[in-house]
Amino acid sequence: MSKAKEYKKTLFGPILDNNPIALQVLGVCSALAITTKLETALVMSLALTMVVAFSNLFISMLRNHIPSSVRIIIQMTIIASLVIVVDQILKAYSYEISKQLSVFVGLIITNCIVMGRAEGFAMKNPPMMSLLDGIGNGLGYSFVLIIIGVIKELFGFGTLLGYEILPLVQNGGWYQGNGLLILPFSSFMLIAGLIWFIRTIKPEQVEPKE
Amino acid sequence: MSAKQESFAKTVGIVVAVCLVCSIVVSGAAVGLRSLQQTNAALDKQSNILHAAGLLEQAKGDIAGTYESMIERRFVDLSTGEYVDMPADYDMYKAAKVTEKSIAVENSNVGFQRRADVASVYLVKDESGTVTRIVLPVHGSGLWNLMYGFLAIDNDGNTIRELIYYDQQETPGLGGEVQNPDWQAKWDGKKIYKDGDVAIAVKKNVAAGNEYAVDALSGATLTSNGVQNTLDYWLGENGFGPYLNKQPWKS
Repeated sequence: MSKAKEYKKTLFGPILDNNPIALQVLGVCSALAITTKLETALVMSLALTMVVAFSNLFISMLRNHIPSSVRIIIQMTIIASLVIVVDQILKAYSYEISKQLSVFVGLIITNCIVMGRAEGFAMKNPPMMSLLDGIGNGLGYSFVLIIIGVIKELFGFGTLLGYEILPLVQNGGWYQGNGLLILPFSSFMLIAGLIWFIRTIKPEQVEPKE
Repeated sequence: MSAKQESFAKTVGIVVAVCLVCSIVVSGAAVGLRSLQQTNAALDKQSNILHAAGLLEQAKGDIAGTYESMIERRFVDLSTGEYVDMPADYDMYKAAKVTEKSIAVENSNVGFQRRADVASVYLVKDESGTVTRIVLPVHGSGLWNLMYGFLAIDNDGNTIRELIYYDQQETPGLGGEVQNPDWQAKWDGKKIYKDGDVAIAVKKNVAAGNEYAVDALSGATLTSNGVQNTLDYWLGENGFGPYLNKQPWKS
């Protein structure tokens, strides 16, 4: 496989073929909680992509120097620092959204995708590949969050990014908002539906029967 | 990860180096962005006060300018009800934690132990400088945690205009409905005092036209009780009662 092809596979593979949420079922808790509005989903996607990309890059750069006895702690330190920086930037430039995201930005630290990529990929691969892998996994996470966010906001509130698409009955329109979709747990069903859909068009993702 | 990297000295060295770099990055970000964050927090507070003042729509996004021209912050000695002078950075919620600057809360289930001697009030003025509304900061415990809000009162000292909660952790959809605009609208025009006592009540099945009662939130009895306790305390003689009785904004 040529170099360019390999880069491309690392970058775009995690979107459909190896999606961190849909195939590996990681990082689901934040995907459940902050997808009620598309705007928060977008900001959360961006925050996680930044964190996973840079944590992969830095950990990969240090991978030959990190003593294996304390490697998880060092990974956590780097990830936690990045998350705090992202949180501070959000508070400074996007105060309203950072209030809505509340603890979930801080909880990126415990997001399995970030730890999983650091331990599973960045510790074994060179920095450039790790950076692309981080961005790719961030994109895969974003892909799921944006789909869920669009469905929930459009059919729950009748809006997209705050703009009215389906006028609600309460505001004199014709659309009765789906109250179920506003609740966090409806993401369970939506994510399950998405996994079903992806595995139908890509049957190789289905696990063999035991 | 070969064996030579596992020496004790090297492990300690790497750990210290990583921690140093990370702490410099984190503190750099925190210090560098602090002024922007404080501006944001101040703007957020100002927009909540403007909301309680009924000026949010009029402000049309110019929060700081409208706040500057329409709102005056004063300090009230709660025991006498008179205005006092305080430094501009006085914070009544911080003062409540200092023994010399606060008194213990007794005979109330408002949910906090001490309250500051001096409270901030925000006077809403029209173009001629007449006070049209008084915005009082109130807080008290709901079901899960303290709820912070602003209570806006007409210049007669007796008619509620708005009750805006801006910081609360009640159950979304139940107690969290204290922030629902429909419920907030129910407070407009309610009266506080009847024969000198706090008469405003949050209760079930309020008859239309009852000036002293607001419908409780359905499914959120404890949050509703918390709102009641908050108002009882802050409008009573231990809270803003003496201030609302003397009405020093009129002189």
